[in-house]
Amino acid sequence: MPNTAIKATQLVKWFGEGEAKTQAVRDVSFEAHFGEMLYIVGPSGSGKTTLLSIISGILRPNSGTVIVEGKDLWNLPENQIAEFRLNTIGFVFQDYHLFPRLTTVENVAIPLILKKRDWNESMQEATKCLEIVGLKARADLRPIKLSGGEQQRVAIARAIVSRPDILILDEPTASLDGDTGKAIIQFVKTNILDKRRCILIVTHDTRIFEFANEIMKMEDGRIVGIERVN
Amino acid sequence: MKGILRLAFKLLTNDTAKFTALLVGITFATFLMIQMTSIFAGVLDKSSATVTNIGSTIWVMDPAVNTVANSIPMPDYVLDAIRSIKGVKYAVPLYSGTALAKLQSGTYQAVSVLGLDDTSLVGRPSLFEGKIEDIFAENAFIVVKDSEFSKFENPKVGTQFEINDHRGLVVGIAKVTAAGLFGIPTLYTTYNRAIQYLPNSRYTLSYVLVEPKNIGDVQAIKEQIKALGYLALTKEEFVQRIANFYIYQTSLGTNLLLMTLISFIVGLSISGQTFYTFILENLDKFGALKAIGTKGYELVYMILFQAGFTALIGFGLGVGLCTMLIALAKFRLPSYAAIVTFTNIGAAFITVLIIAGVSGYFGVRRVLKIEPFDIFRG
Repeated sequence: MPNTAIKATQLVKWFGEGEAKTQAVRDVSFEAHFGEMLYIVGPSGSGKTTLLSIISGILRPNSGTVIVEGKDLWNLPENQIAEFRLNTIGFVFQDYHLFPRLTTVENVAIPLILKKRDWNESMQEATKCLEIVGLKARADLRPIKLSGGEQQRVAIARAIVSRPDILILDEPTASLDGDTGKAIIQFVKTNILDKRRCILIVTHDTRIFEFANEIMKMEDGRIVGIERVN
Repeated sequence: MKGILRLAFKLLTNDTAKFTALLVGITFATFLMIQMTSIFAGVLDKSSATVTNIGSTIWVMDPAVNTVANSIPMPDYVLDAIRSIKGVKYAVPLYSGTALAKLQSGTYQAVSVLGLDDTSLVGRPSLFEGKIEDIFAENAFIVVKDSEFSKFENPKVGTQFEINDHRGLVVGIAKVTAAGLFGIPTLYTTYNRAIQYLPNSRYTLSYVLVEPKNIGDVQAIKEQIKALGYLALTKEEFVQRIANFYIYQTSLGTNLLLMTLISFIVGLSISGQTFYTFILENLDKFGALKAIGTKGYELVYMILFQAGFTALIGFGLGVGLCTMLIALAKFRLPSYAAIVTFTNIGAAFITVLIIAGVSGYFGVRRVLKIEPFDIFRG
């Protein structure tokens, strides 16, 4: 496996036409590597989420290329992009988006079920992931019975259950208190990050910057700086 | 796909409040639709009871006759003319009328009287008690044991009564396929006794029952009878003519249609709105599923499965509830006119499928419109 997980080149994305045209991403190029955590930081409206959506195969850019694990993502046929996301990328959404009517273990097993794995086998795998995030005892509870930090860990378990190479976390600490937020990211770095995995985190929480390998700053849709932390 | 559908099933049924509301909507709509159409089917069945029970191949009547109970007497020569038509195996008279019977308790009871041809007894019923030849005895009548039997004070063979100041004697208890519509007991006697005992107009021939030599002769016989100025209908055509009368010439059909339509709208409103709310509440979750990698058609399957599953369960509950209530009603009121037919169930099923389809369609449209990017944007 090459060391470069994601290579984005001259990405451009705008919304609207004419006077309403908004340039969300302007000529962005960067690389993310396996075994590292890359933070995309910047103020609201700087284009972080748009960039994240482009590199994860959710939003088509107006121009530019995204090479993920050697594949030109936006040259794949439309029906293969969803498949690509399912197999390659794990998502942790800002609001977690856990199904309140499913148990914790069922929530975690969703990506495996979508990959058409056997139900019981999926539940066993999901239970293992819950063990990794320290929530095995909470497997049969519904998300509403869990604290914010626990819900975040369930969302992480769901993101890693299908063993994706790339993990994308959108504002993972936004709804957590400082200590819990730091504990979660430390946990991700210690237990989830490995040499075969690349983690991208969109955040503007400076308290967790210490865990990053690289921090990419964005403003007005442009990269204004890339800083190596350690 | 099994796992995805199981996921859809859990999402639906674990939301107990919404699932219950959906089921109530579909069940209620099914119940109302089947109840309405069953009552109508029951009324139609009873309205053709005499035709069904007598069972002749061809019925000849005055062209103005719409229902079997409202016969218009024909002159006797019609019978002779029909007997002379080529292809007629036999033709016999039938008297159909109503009378007041004075029972042993002294009370009066309206009865329907059918007078069968004296020589052949064509259209005679099967008997529980007594012998059919006893119908030729003096004052003899056969009473039909149907849901109205008790109104005749549960007579036995040998029970006497009065009919139009004539003595009547029960010589047999008969069973028939269908009970009449008007809720009165039915008596069988001979044609001649019927016209002798009951007050009549100048003409006495209510119907002529015709049997063709071959089934292929039916059309020619009908045409020749038409040339005589009368109407000849096969049994099925007569049943249909009676049904058409109740559907199109009374308000019964219109009311039924309106009630069925209202049931459909009620069901669609409750189920459609609840299902759409259910989809809206889970919209972000469906968006998240899309972002994770669920394909559009898989989401469509999930939603259609949810809508279809709810429809089937609600439909089953509705049919069960309706059948139970009709059975209970018949237990208490034997003459209750309602029959659950396969046609009723089939029509209600199609309507429920439409409700599920419409509800599912709006859900699918909404879910397919959501962009995973919206999930990131919150």
